[in-house]
Amino acid sequence: MRYLPHSDAERAEMLGVIGAANIDALFSAVPKSALKSFDLGLPAHSPEFLVEAHMRALAAKNRAGADGPFFVGAGAYRHHVPATVDHLIQRSEWLTAYTPYQPEISQGTLQMLFEFQTQVAKLTGMDVANASLYDGSTGTAEAVLMARRLTRRNKIVLSGGLHPHYRDVVRAYLKDDADLEILSASPEGQGDILDHIDENTAAIVVQTPDFYGHLRNVKTAADAAHAKGALLIVVITEVVSLGVLEAPGALGADIVVAEGQSIGNALNFGGPYLGLMATRKEFIRQMPGRLCGETVDADGQRGFVLTLSTREQHIRREKATSNICTNSGLCALAFSIHMALLGEAGFTRLARLNHAQACKLADALAGVPGVEVLNKSFFNELTIRTAQPAAQLIERLAERGILAGVPVSRLEPTNPDVANLLVLAATELTTDSDISELCVALAEELA
Amino acid sequence: MSMNNQGRPTGVGTSGFASTSGSALLPNEPLLFEIGDTEHSGVDLPDVTISNDRLGGFERKSKLDLAGLTEPEAMRHYVRLSRLNHSIDSGMYPLGSCTMKHNPRLNEKMARLSGFSDIHPLQPVSTVQGALTLMNELSHWLMTLTNTAAVALTPKAGAHGELLGMMAIKAAQDAAGQSHRTIVLVPESAHGTNPATAAFLGYSVKPIPARADGTVDVQAVKDALSTDVAAIMLTNPNTCGLFEPQVIEIAEAVHQAGAFFYCDGANFNAIMGVVRPGDLGIDAMHINLHKTFSTPHGGGGPGAGPVVLSEALAPFAPVPFVRKGAGGLELVEHAKDSALGRITAFQGQMGMYVRALTYMLSHGGDGLAQAAQDAVLNANYIKARLAHAFSVPFGDYPTMHEALFDDTFLAGTGVTTLDFAKALIDEGFHPMTMYFPLVVHGAMLIEPTESESKQTLDRFCDVMEELAADAKAGNKERFTSAPLKAPRRRLDETRAARSPILKWERT
Repeated sequence: MRYLPHSDAERAEMLGVIGAANIDALFSAVPKSALKSFDLGLPAHSPEFLVEAHMRALAAKNRAGADGPFFVGAGAYRHHVPATVDHLIQRSEWLTAYTPYQPEISQGTLQMLFEFQTQVAKLTGMDVANASLYDGSTGTAEAVLMARRLTRRNKIVLSGGLHPHYRDVVRAYLKDDADLEILSASPEGQGDILDHIDENTAAIVVQTPDFYGHLRNVKTAADAAHAKGALLIVVITEVVSLGVLEAPGALGADIVVAEGQSIGNALNFGGPYLGLMATRKEFIRQMPGRLCGETVDADGQRGFVLTLSTREQHIRREKATSNICTNSGLCALAFSIHMALLGEAGFTRLARLNHAQACKLADALAGVPGVEVLNKSFFNELTIRTAQPAAQLIERLAERGILAGVPVSRLEPTNPDVANLLVLAATELTTDSDISELCVALAEELA
Repeated sequence: MSMNNQGRPTGVGTSGFASTSGSALLPNEPLLFEIGDTEHSGVDLPDVTISNDRLGGFERKSKLDLAGLTEPEAMRHYVRLSRLNHSIDSGMYPLGSCTMKHNPRLNEKMARLSGFSDIHPLQPVSTVQGALTLMNELSHWLMTLTNTAAVALTPKAGAHGELLGMMAIKAAQDAAGQSHRTIVLVPESAHGTNPATAAFLGYSVKPIPARADGTVDVQAVKDALSTDVAAIMLTNPNTCGLFEPQVIEIAEAVHQAGAFFYCDGANFNAIMGVVRPGDLGIDAMHINLHKTFSTPHGGGGPGAGPVVLSEALAPFAPVPFVRKGAGGLELVEHAKDSALGRITAFQGQMGMYVRALTYMLSHGGDGLAQAAQDAVLNANYIKARLAHAFSVPFGDYPTMHEALFDDTFLAGTGVTTLDFAKALIDEGFHPMTMYFPLVVHGAMLIEPTESESKQTLDRFCDVMEELAADAKAGNKERFTSAPLKAPRRRLDETRAARSPILKWERT
């Protein structure tokens, strides 16, 4: 077996040193009834080329984004990732290192995390960011729990514009919690949350651009929350939007959670992704997840370490801020490299290009009979109402080679009002001809 | 404009930082913000003008101030930084409890096939039948290796899997009118994630003491069981590297008391293909794909923590899951289809599923069992070779996949476990896990995995023996001043925590 270094002779020699008659002697603590009393019926080991053939056959049964016009978004976005990013993250020293528990021989990972935290703090306009969480959805649930610890209040209000999966994750994390108020879907972008804040409210959760693409007024939400002593959690599923939209930190957000997949990370059918979390300086001791900090070594040289770990499970056990341990280190690296390659100039151009393509998409869709564009404002994603149920429509368009977006009914199956709504995204990878192909096909299907 | 130690302009981020000890092979790399600026970019994109924007008046007015690098500069920055890391590929990484095994590159190549990497979690299910088939195949392997009824693939890491497993237990007990069960039993030797998870769900944690031999005290478990106990969270093999010999008896007692058995599967590498946890009576167990099935650790993730479930818990699995339908495989993804609901957006760590299945197919059932046996052989070999010079806390039993020592052998030397670990760095090895498990004084937990050759193990043991002898000979300075040959000497962690500097700021 190509991954196992020992020869049988070496195994025998080692058993001799141990003083064991055979390998089973080392498993003597296992109850007899449980030790290899079974036939697994699994295939035997296989050469690399046969494994590769099997996996290629599976991959070939999927329709990749690059295979044709593609407008699917709704929380995960298809962007270009520079070749440099993927090359660098596959370097052994990044790929096959562990969490940096021994800082003297982990300065690469630690300095990268320090740079990553700085990038996220700058992007969001917040004081501090952590070294990543699993993804935006679990990050939102963590932020809600953090807000409860900070305010010692319980009521949480989720905006109707929050991604339905994120809403579901928060609901699962706060199971059967009477203090969780979930507002009904607001596909028209209607302001819905300000009337629901009271003296018991720990936080309101507002997504912008929201699930339907509308841009929400963060400043108004922050002012309303703060007037009642509540916190504002801002959720961002498309982090590229921050290249043209005002940073939530500059508008009064208390905690910002974002899905960072768009920068540096492929679609991967949903994971691994990258949870970003940033907050105010005074809140860091209630923040979940790892933090990297600057210090000096015994010679006075600058260096970096994981810090404030008294918040974490391996020190505090049942009193920890979260049970999180492993996070999204390599995805954070990919994000950080891509962001370093972009820089402010490139990131701003990228965001503008996304918005420009989305504007073209909106204008083209508005001209298709049977299509109504619901958004007055958007970044790179918008919602349309179609004359037919969206779920069937996208299947027919898929047969024509076009992945036309996400029917809202897939995420809101019990809400009859959304049956004809379709969410479409455009990115820098969306071409003008993709847009015209979509519109021609839509017009034919809706005719 | 000022220059950095590579003769590159420091741009807007100048902080006056200068190298004091860097060399070509051991670089002292400035921060990204000290070498980049807001004008440089390594990505060519058109600068479009938008005449009629739809930003609703929310345009950014605050400065982004993000440093950029051209491609050659970025390449050099990240390559130079990478050189400051130890990695499995560059040397043995015997961190106990972490299973730092070889990461085959075929896994990486397969995960990057566009049919896996370039598919969207919400594109029509008819266009991702290969992905759903892959999830089914991975599930089959995991259920077969554990002899369990179901598996929930979506947890994003081990701790997330623990959370899901305990949520499933809670959902099952709520459904059975057993919501009054509010206590979770957790052995003292458990990973910190176990009590943290139980507390996260509102359970009170009752610690179970270890016996003198390092295993769980069965009588203490029985005494602690009551109608208020929801579950026990037990790691097996445990964090002392020992298989719990009375695990079946524990499972039976737990079930008799109407509670569930959550098994922390962090150490599954010791028994995969050799022992099926389902045969031991577990109800839920997470499997760290990034440990046991070689998906890389990546400097701290991403991981993946699928949870296998017994028949009793299978109905409480979260969405989404894959199901056979009339027209092919279906994805059940509506939160209303599960009492538990959804614990993450989308389908979980697909990139890790691809890598793990690739690893499983490469090994086959026979190779996985051989890998587990080799991992156990290697740990016992280290224990046998070092027992004379180190102190073994629990006597002369065979260990599983990791060898545990305490610091008795260092008594009177003035050298601590930490010092010893740092001295190991100067000898070219990543240290073992230190001070964990907590039940052993000054613990040194060594997990070689199956990936290390006998030659490497011998070299490691030679170095360990020599260090132990040197410590006992009174050469304290070598240990307390270590490391001397690493990119940094010991770092001041107290200072970092006292006045935290968590991001770069322009000075």
